[in-house]
Amino acid sequence: MAPTTLTAAEQDGTAVTAPSGGAPAVRIEHVHKSFGRPGAATPVLDDISLTVAPGEFVCLLGASGCGKSTLLNLVAGLDRPTSGTIEVTGGRPALMFQEHALFPWLTAGRNVELALRLRGVPRAERRGEAERLLELVRLKGAYGKRVHELSGGMRQRVAMARALAQQSSVLLMDEPFAALDAITRDVLHEELTRIWTDCNQPAGSERGGLSVVFVTHNVREAVRLAQRVVLLTSRPGRIAREWRIALPQPRRIESAGVAGLSVEITDELRKEIRRHGQH
Amino acid sequence: MASTETAGSPRAGTADAGRGPSAGSGLRGTAPADAPAEHTGHTEHTEHTEHSGHSGHTDGGDPAGGDLAGVEAGLDALEAVPVRRVPLSQVLRDKVLPPVLAVVLVLALWQGVHAAGVFPDYKFPGPGAVGDSFLDLWYRGEVFSVLWTSVSRGLLGFAASLAIGTPLGLLVARVRPVRAALGPVLSGLQSLPSVAWVPAAIIWLGLDSRAMYAVILLGAVPSIANGLVSGVDQVPPLYLRAGRTLGATGLAGARHVLLPAALPGYLAGLKQGWAFSWRSLMAAELIASSPDLGLGLGQLLENGRVASDMARVELAILLILVVGIAIDLLVFSPLERRVLRSRGLLVTAR
Repeated sequence: MAPTTLTAAEQDGTAVTAPSGGAPAVRIEHVHKSFGRPGAATPVLDDISLTVAPGEFVCLLGASGCGKSTLLNLVAGLDRPTSGTIEVTGGRPALMFQEHALFPWLTAGRNVELALRLRGVPRAERRGEAERLLELVRLKGAYGKRVHELSGGMRQRVAMARALAQQSSVLLMDEPFAALDAITRDVLHEELTRIWTDCNQPAGSERGGLSVVFVTHNVREAVRLAQRVVLLTSRPGRIAREWRIALPQPRRIESAGVAGLSVEITDELRKEIRRHGQH
Repeated sequence: MASTETAGSPRAGTADAGRGPSAGSGLRGTAPADAPAEHTGHTEHTEHTEHSGHSGHTDGGDPAGGDLAGVEAGLDALEAVPVRRVPLSQVLRDKVLPPVLAVVLVLALWQGVHAAGVFPDYKFPGPGAVGDSFLDLWYRGEVFSVLWTSVSRGLLGFAASLAIGTPLGLLVARVRPVRAALGPVLSGLQSLPSVAWVPAAIIWLGLDSRAMYAVILLGAVPSIANGLVSGVDQVPPLYLRAGRTLGATGLAGARHVLLPAALPGYLAGLKQGWAFSWRSLMAAELIASSPDLGLGLGQLLENGRVASDMARVELAILLILVVGIAIDLLVFSPLERRVLRSRGLLVTAR
């Protein structure tokens, strides 16, 4: 029984129309990236072209060695592509890592405040804004807590608050929940969906949309979260296929809709992986 | 159909029954009409409707029973790491009592050997004679001036080493050519006893305080700089990446990310730098004696030797030891503990 809510898979290169008009949030055009000496360089990314619309939620999915983290670093401006162009609208993108990357010499609140300070928020407004952001991730009482006093899930939520404090229109997430237990991860999926939805409400949002580029190797996670799943091949990373996920949010990771599409994408992923064992 | 299998299996049914009524009953109303007909009277009924939800119901529904905040609060409470305060009585028993006992034991041993008369009195005076020597210094009103002469010199020299060693360490840590040029020199200087500089310092700078400070600097600057270098080297690259994505680059990056992250290593360098300062100062005071230099602890020691007054020699050694320990206990240890504890790096031994 095929889930009727899913649209058919689209082949690579298919342009995805932006939900709202205007410039895309992220435009990646013919990006190549290789590491190593020129001449003996290993290609990691091969001709990646990808456009993320304002407010869109895209998951990059692939096995090890597909260069998904490399691609994210390029978009974040932490590294430069060997060739090709990357444009990001709305300033420096926020980036979340698998590790919380909070600074242990600061309290949870001060971590958020540092992001505000570096954004240029005046001192008088920082404390209130930091508390508001912590409340947004439902950590109201955690302002004065040290990082080591928080659980793994709480740390990632503080990291999320810190990323949101940058007020970028693009949030890059590099397997942010991979190190968490399944129960906490499930809750954080829902939290992320809620915040992303809130940020993209036409009314009551002063910040004009939030696009998310989420890197994972967990197929169900990708289907649970994304509007669009982009499958990358490995060594070098190329865009193999992409799927639009039309299931309404909030989804549940246990639901049959998510499971059904996960099967389809996993088959495709395995097909890609199998190619590497043949030679 | 997968749902039929799941619901029909008694194991799956009983295992899932414990999931609580809220999720199941919430879905009961939206179940397709054919579901109850199949499973009337079964306890797995609600479970089955949930599994078959996709046939008619939308994928979403109301996740987590609509109370995500409550679930989250529960998880936070379950996983929170409790921070325990150690009561004062336990601190006294675990931290103060053992060193006090050790000191008493050493004094008793000292007195015992002295009383047994193994060594002649002039070679091995007992604690009583050293106490008399101290009182003698006390009544002449010289204890504080002697201590202050040396301690102020040591602290001033240390402060100067700090001012020079910190930027030097930063340069070596962050600028590659500087590191290649100076890194090995700094490490080498650390293994060169700074007493070796005393003759050179006296010839160049004369028999005065400047020679003392030069010796202190040559002893402490390499330690402080090296401490900062290793502190910076041990900063996890993740912090630097996180800092850069937050916009902390250049000077802001050094101030908000690099330096605070390197603080534990830097503090260890400071601690060692102080020990080196104090040691080199004592060596310099011992070797270079001149009326211009005033009476410091090193001179006290040297005067004792010249006068063959072993009690005064022992007193001087004790005072040098006490100052070294006191500065460490009063300044560096609390600082280090505070920094490490605030980062969760100090595990309270249990």
